[in-house]
Amino acid sequence: MNTYAVMSIYHFEMARFFRTLGQSIASPVISTSLYFIVFGSAIGSRITEIDGITYGQFIVPGLIMLSVLQESISNASFGIYFPKYNGTIYEILSAPVSALEILLGYVGAAATKSVILGLLILATAACLVPLQIKHPFLMFFFLVLMAVTFSAFGFIIGVWADGFEKLQIIPLLIVTPLIFLGGSFYSISMLPPVWQKVSLFNPVVYLISGFRWSFYEHSDVTLAISTAMVFFFLFVCVFTVQWMLSTGYRLKN
Amino acid sequence: MNILCVQNLCKTYASGFGALKNVSLDIHQGEIFALLGPNGAGKTTLINTVCGIVKPSSGQVSVGGHDIIKDYRRTREMIGLVPQELSTDAFETVWDTVNFSRGVFGRAPNREYLEKILKELSLWDKRSSKIMTLSGGMKRRVMIAKALSHEPQVLFLDEPTAGVDVELRRNMWEQVRRLKNAGVTIILTTHYIDEAEEMADRIGVINKGEIIVTEKKTDLMKKLGRKQLILDLKDVLKTVPQQLGRWALTLNSDGTQLIYTYDSLKEDNGIARLLADLSNAGISYRDIHTNQSSLEEIFIQLVHAK
Repeated sequence: MNTYAVMSIYHFEMARFFRTLGQSIASPVISTSLYFIVFGSAIGSRITEIDGITYGQFIVPGLIMLSVLQESISNASFGIYFPKYNGTIYEILSAPVSALEILLGYVGAAATKSVILGLLILATAACLVPLQIKHPFLMFFFLVLMAVTFSAFGFIIGVWADGFEKLQIIPLLIVTPLIFLGGSFYSISMLPPVWQKVSLFNPVVYLISGFRWSFYEHSDVTLAISTAMVFFFLFVCVFTVQWMLSTGYRLKN
Repeated sequence: MNILCVQNLCKTYASGFGALKNVSLDIHQGEIFALLGPNGAGKTTLINTVCGIVKPSSGQVSVGGHDIIKDYRRTREMIGLVPQELSTDAFETVWDTVNFSRGVFGRAPNREYLEKILKELSLWDKRSSKIMTLSGGMKRRVMIAKALSHEPQVLFLDEPTAGVDVELRRNMWEQVRRLKNAGVTIILTTHYIDEAEEMADRIGVINKGEIIVTEKKTDLMKKLGRKQLILDLKDVLKTVPQQLGRWALTLNSDGTQLIYTYDSLKEDNGIARLLADLSNAGISYRDIHTNQSSLEEIFIQLVHAK
């Protein structure tokens, strides 16, 4: 294992995060606070409790997931796309590093940033609504797992994209709608029966549900299914990244 | 001893363009090898294939006896690359970027070594500057510092002096000579033939994906170099006298010089007989000097002959 390489990529990516602290942290924290004001206070005050949880409390896990998933994808995709764009990727491609080491460096850094962001949003939420976390370790485990999984997914997008437009297209047109329709702001049980069944095809439902269970022991699907789905998605992403790096897909001529 | 062996290497891009056609090449340890060729000849593809940036279609490449595919870690640790393009992380500092390069190539941090490299390349004062604030020449030196950061045994310089001023070119040549003296094998591509002429031990010429020739620079110049004998005449001539017709002499535009082109490798180059004929024809001269073809002329001759 080329640990120096892993650490170099990791530090390089983290340095970019700290260089753009305003963009990296302030922006998602402010937008999440706005979500709390709009959905939690203005609209949420007119919505009854969901299984004994106030609406403001209910949306906390969903809002954290919303930001963590978006930022994981954005950080990891940009992290690998930018060297492709400016040509510095030659150094990674000519270095004695394996696919796993590249993955650990880029995805590790992107996931770290997302976890920091998730914890900041959690702290922000705790200032706005009375918060309880019944299973804090499980919550943290889910947070890390989700950050890693979606960072790997973002890495795939970054390798695949051959322009800035493509870099944005999947997060904007597919991921964000899936997150919004995945139960971030409502319980699936609030939907008509047909839409409940349709929602079960949305993988994000399982992710948010498991994460919410760690807070309130309330979920739309069982914890075991949620966990299995996250691991399945992680496996698919890691396998795809491994294939991309070993074949040089869109990286090598 | 060969440090780099390329055997029957072929590269055909997805577009169908054959960039390398059965290329075989050996590079000796510790030499400076200049790879010359016109644009699109396959120089960069060859370098990028050895470095792992381009996937070969067929053939074998080994560095230090290790296969570049099966034993890529060993081979890549040994190689440093200065690419043609100035690809740098604009927002990084010089110090951070060379540290990054060293780490990515699996080397433990070594402040003293990197300090030495930056000082040799006159970059030490700029170590805290962001790369975006540096001039083109300095960026080029940063690229060299990055390539040297992990102490490579083989250094590829893909047109390292493109776009840099004369003084910096001279400095880079000095740096390259220092590296050679330190035992580093250098493979250089350049459009500046004088650069190859000045520095290379051996020359390779590639054209349309094929290696046309690999020779010691001195042998190549001897073998293909035409020599000219130039006579500065005492009296101006309007035409070459008829009795000298068999020598295929040329007269310069103002009629003050007679030029005789001959093959330097031939035992009998005819100079003694020519001088006798000139004397018989009553042509006197003030001075005689010779001129050898430059590498540039040889290169053009080789490429066009193909």
